Amino acid sequence: MAALENIHAADPAVDIERAAARRQKMIAIGVPLGTAAGLILLWQVGVRLFAVPTYIAPAPSDVAYTLVDKFPILLANFWPTLFESLLGFFVGNIAAVLIAVAFVHNRMVERAFFPIAVFVNTIPILAIAPILVLIFGPGLTAKVVIAALICFFPTLVNMVRGLQAVSPQALELARILSASKSEIFWKIRLPSSLPFLFSALKIAATTCVIGAIVGEWVGADMGLGALIIDATFNFNSPLLYATVFMSSGLSVLLFATVSIVERMVVRW
Amino acid sequence: MGDPDMPSTAQLHPVPPVDRPAGAIAASLTEATVRFGAFTAIDGLSVDIEEGAFYTILGPSGCGKSTMLRLVSDLIPAASGEVSIFGKSTEQARLAREFAFVFQDATLLPWRSALKNVELPLEIGRRRGIDIPVGDKTPRELLKLVGLEGREEALPHELSGGMRQRVAIARALVCQPKLLLMDEPFGALDEMTRDHLNLQLLKIWEETGVTILFVTHSIPEAVFLGQKVMMLQSHPGRLREVVEIDLPSPRTIDMRDTQDFTRYSAYLRKLLETC
Repeated sequence: MAALENIHAADPAVDIERAAARRQKMIAIGVPLGTAAGLILLWQVGVRLFAVPTYIAPAPSDVAYTLVDKFPILLANFWPTLFESLLGFFVGNIAAVLIAVAFVHNRMVERAFFPIAVFVNTIPILAIAPILVLIFGPGLTAKVVIAALICFFPTLVNMVRGLQAVSPQALELARILSASKSEIFWKIRLPSSLPFLFSALKIAATTCVIGAIVGEWVGADMGLGALIIDATFNFNSPLLYATVFMSSGLSVLLFATVSIVERMVVRW
Repeated sequence: MGDPDMPSTAQLHPVPPVDRPAGAIAASLTEATVRFGAFTAIDGLSVDIEEGAFYTILGPSGCGKSTMLRLVSDLIPAASGEVSIFGKSTEQARLAREFAFVFQDATLLPWRSALKNVELPLEIGRRRGIDIPVGDKTPRELLKLVGLEGREEALPHELSGGMRQRVAIARALVCQPKLLLMDEPFGALDEMTRDHLNLQLLKIWEETGVTILFVTHSIPEAVFLGQKVMMLQSHPGRLREVVEIDLPSPRTIDMRDTQDFTRYSAYLRKLLETC
């Protein structure tokens, strides 16, 4: 114990260094936070100064009030969107990973289906959403399919690249060890694709929310997307802004979750 | 000086060499030819590799040094001629893990710890019920042998280049191969690290009795490590000469300043110029 204290006390340089690091960290967090707070303040003052009507642009204070006042309604609409986003996230990404594995194992499958995948990806999600709602009806399925579709392509492309990103020397090592195709897949290809997979999953974590909300725009009576449409048609701008805030909060939540999982899985 | 990841030379005490069967042949190439399309990389190479010996392979760029190791390790086929390892075909020898390969780049799997990387060869084929030869040294003991005790759980990116290459050597030894093929394993390392690893490799060679084929670009390294230096010539790749290096064993770093050492180096340098 005494030795430990001695080491700590003996080196004031370390303390100074640590204080400098702490200051750096505070600046890194404080500057963007301060900028955001300043912009919100500017918005508040501007709206009040020019007497902008609330239905055109609500003041931040109005939005904040609505966020607290209407929180039960917002939350009630948050859960369906979260559920649709998550289901879409899993369906879309699992499909993309499985198809990527098929592509890597069989070049003919890739030649046959990759152009179709590219074509589907070029259709704007807003254009295809009504078609999917017509096919799957106004229930949960259509929203999940739209959210899944929007996740699908980036994950497919990244996963194919990841599975192929094995160094030729690692494959030579596998050959010298007489590894089977499935051993190469499980022990080398799949783990080395994980960094690629996670960068795709981080994209998907935010886009699946877009998919679910677009699906709700086309036809739903619950969910953040439905609430956005409802608030817009009723000129309830504070509620609209609060809903948008909740939507972006949902994206941030999913993104953060994927980032945390990534940090636990991809340690290299 | 004081680098903690370097084993000191004092640790590398001489060990009495393992009994080697005199005159046994580890690998034999007979009129072996390798072609890549119209290009002939190796043209009618015939040589016997004596069991237990340390061969270094020198030659100008493009003389087929690496190609020869790839041929012996069944990574590439011979267009004509024959290659046998302990009397078996290269494929049979590969399946029986008679040989191991150390690449220039350590080729560790970055998500596996040092220990897990050494264990990799033991995992491959286990589920298929293949009988994997297990050496008498455990992966942990092998890491200790290459001076990485205490770093078992480190990931490759946490290790220096020299340490990574030592993990690769431990991995190569885990199935107790009788033939170790090394393709410029220390080529990318700085000179200090290279000297230490050379001494360590000699110690491993003396302790295990493994036959080593070691490709290098460096004449001093070839003389320092090899009992025999194989000089290949290029266009097309052929065996020029096998030079016996008659320096006392165990070798020490200081030996590089002796007249004998300089004589061998000078001879090989002149030979290399004519290849």
